[in-house]
Amino acid sequence: MSTLQVSVYRYNPENDDAPWMQDFQIDTQGRDLMVLNVLQMIKEQDSSLVYRASCREGVCGSDGMNMNGKNGLSCVTPLSEVVKNNRLVLRPLPGLPVIRDLIIDMSLFYKQYERIQPYLQNDERPPSIERLQSPEDRDKLDGLYECILCACCSTSCPSFWWNPDKFVGPAGLLQAYRFLADSRDTHTQERLSELDDPFSVFRCRGIMNCVNVCPKGLNPTRAIGKIREMLVRNTA
Amino acid sequence: MVINILNPGRNGVADWMIQRASAVILGLYSIFMVAYLLFNPDLDYAAWSGLFSHIWMKVFTLLALLSVAAHAWVGLWIVATDYIKPAAIRFGALLFVILALFVFVVWGVQVIWGV
Repeated sequence: MSTLQVSVYRYNPENDDAPWMQDFQIDTQGRDLMVLNVLQMIKEQDSSLVYRASCREGVCGSDGMNMNGKNGLSCVTPLSEVVKNNRLVLRPLPGLPVIRDLIIDMSLFYKQYERIQPYLQNDERPPSIERLQSPEDRDKLDGLYECILCACCSTSCPSFWWNPDKFVGPAGLLQAYRFLADSRDTHTQERLSELDDPFSVFRCRGIMNCVNVCPKGLNPTRAIGKIREMLVRNTA
Repeated sequence: MVINILNPGRNGVADWMIQRASAVILGLYSIFMVAYLLFNPDLDYAAWSGLFSHIWMKVFTLLALLSVAAHAWVGLWIVATDYIKPAAIRFGALLFVILALFVFVVWGVQVIWGV
């Protein structure tokens, strides 16, 4: 049995009143393809389907989508990992507005990322060559800098679904901690004072959906815990 | 708006710490109560009202009562701002919650000091 039943979320606001699911039969010839390969085969059948993809190797973070109920990158998700009973259901990442088919509007996601000022800030005079960092301090950034901003985590987080305008979300907070933990950044106090309201950090209830879906195996919940610890120390 | 009106001068760190501290107090009170009931299987009115006649028990109970109010207020404020999106309905719900908690505390104080 090598014919896969694929059901894809379709919505084109110019023609459709409401989203609908389109079914396709895809002959995988028994191969364990990546989900993105299946999408490419579907596009040969129906070229009106649109989705984002670029590097097709889990580096660019363009093709985040919901595959059989779980967020992930379609290019690095083999069928054997998600397909159940020979069925595959593809939907856009949940919680953000759909532009068309599997493409979502990520404006709010980027707005939250922008809010945490994801760049090094240092008021001291730059040395002639570069700001040095000990290997131990550099190690603190491991598990933080690898994020590719695919939005799989934030769009799997109920707190982000309910308050995407106020809660920074796991992706943004992982990056917030990446700069809080950086020994070369001197704006720690300013960064913390931007995060101490009841929403930005504290809407995290630690359910770890973000950890469950991260295609890079990162742990935003742990980073959020560290930020919370810094905030509490700062106040108490 | 609700954040400003029904949450004056509060921040996330304070909320978080209130939630933890009140949970610890309620935990201790619950453990005490369960232990007391287990060690006094043939409890009668005299023993029960004797327990609550001690000033330390009144203080401990009042502390637990205030912890319930604080814990419920922070928790329900979070639940309401997550799930009740129309501002007017949320405002009404939170007003009801805070009034109910106020009544429970005043009533509770009267009960505790009435022993």
